[in-house]
Amino acid sequence: MQKIYPNAAAALDGLLSDGMFIAAGGFGLCGIPELLLGAIKDAGTKDLTFASNNAGVDDFGIGILLQTRQVKKMISSYVGENAEFMRQYLSGELELEFNPQGTLAERMRAGGCGIPGFYTKTGVGTVIADGKEHKDFVGPDGKSQTYIMEEGIYADLAIVKAWKADETGNLIFRKTARNFNPPAAMCGKVCVVEVEEIVPVGTFDPDHIHLPGIYVHRIIQGDHEKRIEQRTVREKS
Amino acid sequence: MAWDRNQMAQRAAAELEDGWYVNLGIGIPTLVANYVGDKDITLQSENGMLGMGPFPIDGEEDPDLINAGKQTITELRRTAYFDSATSFGMIRGGKIACAILGAMEVDEKGDLANWMIPGKLVKGMGGAMDLVAGVGRVIVVMDHTNKHGDSKLLRECTLPLTGKAVVDRIITNLGVLDVVDGGLKIVECADGVTEGELRAATEATIV
Repeated sequence: MQKIYPNAAAALDGLLSDGMFIAAGGFGLCGIPELLLGAIKDAGTKDLTFASNNAGVDDFGIGILLQTRQVKKMISSYVGENAEFMRQYLSGELELEFNPQGTLAERMRAGGCGIPGFYTKTGVGTVIADGKEHKDFVGPDGKSQTYIMEEGIYADLAIVKAWKADETGNLIFRKTARNFNPPAAMCGKVCVVEVEEIVPVGTFDPDHIHLPGIYVHRIIQGDHEKRIEQRTVREKS
Repeated sequence: MAWDRNQMAQRAAAELEDGWYVNLGIGIPTLVANYVGDKDITLQSENGMLGMGPFPIDGEEDPDLINAGKQTITELRRTAYFDSATSFGMIRGGKIACAILGAMEVDEKGDLANWMIPGKLVKGMGGAMDLVAGVGRVIVVMDHTNKHGDSKLLRECTLPLTGKAVVDRIITNLGVLDVVDGGLKIVECADGVTEGELRAATEATIV
């Protein structure tokens, strides 16, 4: 099966529809699928719901889709870096569902693994637990504790950034740019991946593959800006 | 007299034990890394890294290598990378021995509020709720009072909670207190601070 596409627009052809639910990888601006986000902007797809840890900045990442009012709802853990996001949220134009970061990651992983819900102690006793099923379990320390149920995420589409892919979609990520990309990839009905380099089958040591190609349906290679959000350095000692 | 930011961080570093895997929050907790000395401490960054190194020198920043505060950092020889689900698996699973983090309010039952002020801009809880629910020991490092001079150690938190009954120990500019049955217990006073001054600055019940 041919998984390699010439560019982001071609890789998304036939997959986009108004009102769809997209899971996106990335943490801050690190490891975000910047080329695919650009192609979604160009396609003009509207009323999108995104499960993504963050919402980018005003002119990069998911922020570019906020400028064009293509996003209806965000499911995120932290959105503090984006002024346009805050403006739309405070004016009621944009829905926001806060998920604790680990709960969001596990919701994606669980959805991709066929697990419709799971129990977690994260958020018990906070607003996050409001309206959710509570249940007591005996924990690993032998003591009974209260947990809440969280649901797995099933996305119509996953958009993901990896470092390298082979021709069958086996993926290798680089450093902390891995972050939400594997769980996001797993929870999509269709997963489109952008990489810095596509290599021939057999190039990777099979023991070194981070995410097997079974989760990957379409691949593109391209040049990435890879913007740094907070450049922090120390004095040379 | 009281402890300054660096002295608070130094005092917090004394809490860490050789061999621990530790998560440090943003602000004063980040400074704790400067005072671990000879102890073998591995720092976790919840975006997907164990073995977090110092900030890079100018010109060696890598956009693929950031901490949970989105700052550029470096790796160490022991570093391991993993995805966010695995990262919070080790947090929720109790594998991280200790988290040191800041707070807006802590109360005498160990409830913690540090993510949201109603009516003000809400940015999100990030990984804070997972950390306080999951790690072995939660240590809060913060100023004892807010900018109006009111105690941040309360009988009951007024702000939306990050976690319920999650805090083990509180280190402030005035001293160290533990959350115990019935209230807070003074462990030590900061240099030049009397127990009377510490009590006077604390709204929470001291037992």
